[in-house]
Amino acid sequence: MSGKPKLHYFNGRGRMEAIRWLLAAAGVEFEECFLETKDDLTKLQKDGSLMFQQVPMVEIDGMKMVQTRAILNYIAAKHNLYGKDLKERALIDMYVEALIDLYELLMTHAFQPADKKEQHFANIVDKTTNRYFPVYEKVLKDHGQDFLVGNRLSRADVHLLETLLMAEECKPDILAQFPLLQSFKARISNIPTIKKFLQPGSQRKPPLQEKDVPKLMKIFH
Amino acid sequence: MAGKPKLHYTKGRGKMESIRWLLAAAGVEFEEEFIETKEDLEKLRTDGLLMFQQVPMVEIDGMKMVQTRAILSYIAGKYNLYGKDLKERAWIDMYVEGTTDLMGMIMYLPFQPADTKEKNLALIIERATTRYFPVYEKALKDHGNDYLVGNKLSWADIHLLEAILMAEECKPDILSAFPLLQAFKGRISNIPTIKKFLQPGSQRKPPTDEKFVAFVRKIFNI
Repeated sequence: MSGKPKLHYFNGRGRMEAIRWLLAAAGVEFEECFLETKDDLTKLQKDGSLMFQQVPMVEIDGMKMVQTRAILNYIAAKHNLYGKDLKERALIDMYVEALIDLYELLMTHAFQPADKKEQHFANIVDKTTNRYFPVYEKVLKDHGQDFLVGNRLSRADVHLLETLLMAEECKPDILAQFPLLQSFKARISNIPTIKKFLQPGSQRKPPLQEKDVPKLMKIFH
Repeated sequence: MAGKPKLHYTKGRGKMESIRWLLAAAGVEFEEEFIETKEDLEKLRTDGLLMFQQVPMVEIDGMKMVQTRAILSYIAGKYNLYGKDLKERAWIDMYVEGTTDLMGMIMYLPFQPADTKEKNLALIIERATTRYFPVYEKALKDHGNDYLVGNKLSWADIHLLEAILMAEECKPDILSAFPLLQAFKGRISNIPTIKKFLQPGSQRKPPTDEKFVAFVRKIFNI
């Protein structure tokens, strides 16, 4: 009965992608059940599988877990990617929460109405290069180690890599002023489990295309 | 070097209120430094005290912690309000994320354009009574214990009480269909540290009014 974790979401990144990344980085095989229509979502809601009627939902270790952060926290702790004590966890949490903020900014780009897109893009670039990336560049510079926290791979590194790659999808040269983030990107991408996830054919999802937005709105609205 | 935690925020609820609740419930005395002008916020930024240029920021145990959830998780972990193992933590996290979503809706209500207020208030009440409260009512019913997780006070209970009181400010009889939540509210409110926090003169902040909205818009440029 306890087999691989089973992910319930639509066939796209959204709020599930960070979970896919973390499971993959931890070397955990997982299955996916994709919502294709509103009926698929309604069915899950009606059979009581969704605590707050929302996805993501992940069946794992006998639980039907919901709420992205709760799921990520559980996976990270279970697979020793959450630091060795409270203080390391505090640092990891601070770094990760900011990356979630940045991710939301990047993720909502496809949903912007045409007249707001340019301004939104400018805001993304500004926040990324002035508010967020300098912090991680400085962290790596100050301790000179390969990983963000505790000289050891943690969820913070996995989330950061995911975010770096998403930012580059927005603007390919966005890491130009951040040499340590560039080498971080290469280094973390080479970790075997992550390298595998980055290859074609993995369960990593492509960026949201504008043409897919209407279908999504139908399921979730 | 360990003194009382020091909270940096405006003198209102916002994202800091849940942190005040948790510290108070844990019996931890704390100090507050209020941002009163744009210059106060600028100074915190230029002094390099805000990792991502944002508040809340809490000076605690030699750290300048930012990001609300990071701060809450640290306090909960430190004061044994985060369950006894991974599974209890998972339940606490799920419950807390639910109450965070509900309180987030209520928190933003005063900032919505006037012509959407009525519709948004109706949505809050609908969500509270059909999506969120039933979950907590059922949790209490199913195990029959006094607390949400592990038969012991946790962050989830404190956060739920805060959410219940905020929801009642929106609609005083909002708990009418939830007898167990009513009993829960009475019970948790009576815990000495929480009872003290609920009394006038505590560091609990009042509901956000129009004056405060204007003030926040000015300071944070929103």
